[in-house]
Amino acid sequence: MKLFPIRGGIHPDYRKELSSEKVIVALPLPAALYIPLQQHIGVPSEVLVNVGDLVKKGQMIARSGGTLSAPQHAPTSGHIRSITDIPAPHPSGLAQTTIVLEPDGKDEWGELPAPIVDPFTADPHTINERVAASGIVGMGGAAFPSAIKLNLGTQKKLEILLLNGAECEPYLTCDDRVMREHADEVIDGARIMAHALGVHRVVVAIEQNKPQAIDAMTRAASAFSEVEVVGVPVQYPMGSERHLVQAITGRETPAKKLTADIGVLVHNVATARAVHHAVRFGRPLISRVVTVSGKAVREPNNIEVPIGARVADLIAFCGGFSVEPESLVNGGPMMGQPLPGLDVPVVKGMSGILALTAAEINQQPASSCIRCGVCVTICPCGLSPVDMAAFIRKDNFETAAKLGVMDCVSCGSCSWLCPSHIPLVHYFNYAKGMINAQDREQRKIEQTRMLAEAHALRVEKAAAEKAAFLAAKKAQAAAASAAKEKDGTPA
Amino acid sequence: MLLAVSSLTIMGVTLGSILGAAAYFLAVEEDPLEEELKAMLPGSQCGQCGYVGCSQYAVALAKDEAPITLCTPGGKAVIEVLAKKMGVTADLSEHEEKVPEYAFIIEDLCIGCTRCIKECSVDAIMGANKLMHTVIAEACHGCEKCIQVCPTDAIVMHPVPLTLSSWHWAKPEDQHVVH
Ligand code: SF4
Ligand code: SF4
Ligand code: SF4
Ligand code: SF4
Repeated sequence: MKLFPIRGGIHPDYRKELSSEKVIVALPLPAALYIPLQQHIGVPSEVLVNVGDLVKKGQMIARSGGTLSAPQHAPTSGHIRSITDIPAPHPSGLAQTTIVLEPDGKDEWGELPAPIVDPFTADPHTINERVAASGIVGMGGAAFPSAIKLNLGTQKKLEILLLNGAECEPYLTCDDRVMREHADEVIDGARIMAHALGVHRVVVAIEQNKPQAIDAMTRAASAFSEVEVVGVPVQYPMGSERHLVQAITGRETPAKKLTADIGVLVHNVATARAVHHAVRFGRPLISRVVTVSGKAVREPNNIEVPIGARVADLIAFCGGFSVEPESLVNGGPMMGQPLPGLDVPVVKGMSGILALTAAEINQQPASSCIRCGVCVTICPCGLSPVDMAAFIRKDNFETAAKLGVMDCVSCGSCSWLCPSHIPLVHYFNYAKGMINAQDREQRKIEQTRMLAEAHALRVEKAAAEKAAFLAAKKAQAAAASAAKEKDGTPA
Repeated sequence: MLLAVSSLTIMGVTLGSILGAAAYFLAVEEDPLEEELKAMLPGSQCGQCGYVGCSQYAVALAKDEAPITLCTPGGKAVIEVLAKKMGVTADLSEHEEKVPEYAFIIEDLCIGCTRCIKECSVDAIMGANKLMHTVIAEACHGCEKCIQVCPTDAIVMHPVPLTLSSWHWAKPEDQHVVH
């Protein structure tokens, strides 16, 4: 298959060998599971259980909170110990409502929805409903509710389902292992999704540094002519949706558009596997494979983890720290976010936990920009990081937006290469946050104006009605007294 | 990503309609500047600026008789657009950005007198005669007018909580380095 070049990008030290040969192992059930109500983009789910309830494995314990939301299910059987606020696995460490489940050790399944016997003749709607009810969200990290993306098939003209197995972030090997060990499940899930979307072509893209995964997936796909497995060049950030689509199709996604607008829908390989489980067995998303790595971890590993296990449980399972880590990261080292601590739970979108040593992150104090232009040359989005950062430093978000800061995918390539160690991507994350906050404020003002206008109208109408009522009453009274006068007139 | 895209679209549409509305008013009104300024204010007529309502403040602004920093519920966002319109640089150093707040009614103290309902210019308070009243936090814009009329001091202001979706990164500390 002919591939198309993508712009810029970098070649960081991948360090995947730390965990790539470790077969996926299941984490022994921890003493408690902490299941947050917000593990996805959108509104939090709504609790369905009470403290003290006995729940079965797979039972829905929180339902979807709205259109853009996802339900949560019990990862094992046990009792609901409490429903409380604990820190989220989010750089803010903000507390959020979390269901605490105490496993009873029986790991007993509840009643599950019936398998969809022949998904390829099933109504796409049935599959979307199953995916939604199974709480499946994008497992590559974005955690966008998958059913909503599958519904795009009815709204946009789609040609290709692109399965993202690039895994371009250093250290991470969970997708690699899933493809090597569960290729059939991934391919089946992808074909089911393609059927639900009404597309006739599935492309699985895998970076060429994962030859075993490419082999396994090619073998699993060989029986299906609509599925094609492609090795793509090792070039960070190949796994970014827009860049992967460009590499495969040569089409560039316009700014402020989705890849679906140019006919390609992207899903992660682990998400496809979750769809397979939900459709074929009625099993909701209650566990995921997480890579635990970094040189501060004694024995890096790929672990199948029940949702809600604490990061501390995983680190302990890996033999603890060999040295005190300099930083703890949720996700990969390039685009991942710092973890607020070890007591936070594993959530559906968490692909990796990295405990990195000072030598690995090689953090250095920033010095002045030497205008070398490297950041401009390598930005895969064709932006000018040095200029954007200069305006953001002065809080001039308007100009930064004109220069395209909202198109930055926060890949971190510019920061990584900058010889002056300027935290460029941090500036862009800050600017994007500020611009979104300004948008929210503007919308609130607009809403207030609308509500105030509606209120004024209502008050005016009420006043007019009252006046009309009084006038009518007055007229009535006048008429009555006139009549009385007439009656009273002596003949 | 999708969220950001849709918010941009929504903003585009709202901004478009504001421009549309402004153009319409411009055609009929006598003082275009006044109307434009009015369109930039929240329009809630809360009076916190010290004028009777948004229109009166807009008139004063147009005549250059009032500073651009008086609209509390509008906050920094409104000051910035006003500054741009008036061609002045907003001196935000003295402006203390109030943490956004919403009104909250303490159940036990509310006697259901309905006075607060009449006061709220955005219909953010729900309740009927003699029944407990509540504030719809999403609609409330924190003008505090309801607090002043409550006979039992049942209403208090709460800061709008930071959520996982409203939190964002602070500015990097190494600031002296990009030219
Ligand atoms: S890479 Fe760093 S030093 Fe070079 S131009 Fe960009 S910001 Fe300046
Ligand atoms: S500006 Fe954004 S997209 Fe470009 S290299 Fe930097 S982080 Fe990546
Ligand atoms: S503070 Fe009170 S009067 Fe003002 S908007 Fe909120 S509820 Fe309405
Ligand atoms: S003014 Fe106070 S007492 Fe009266 S209804 Fe409102 S909150 Fe309740």
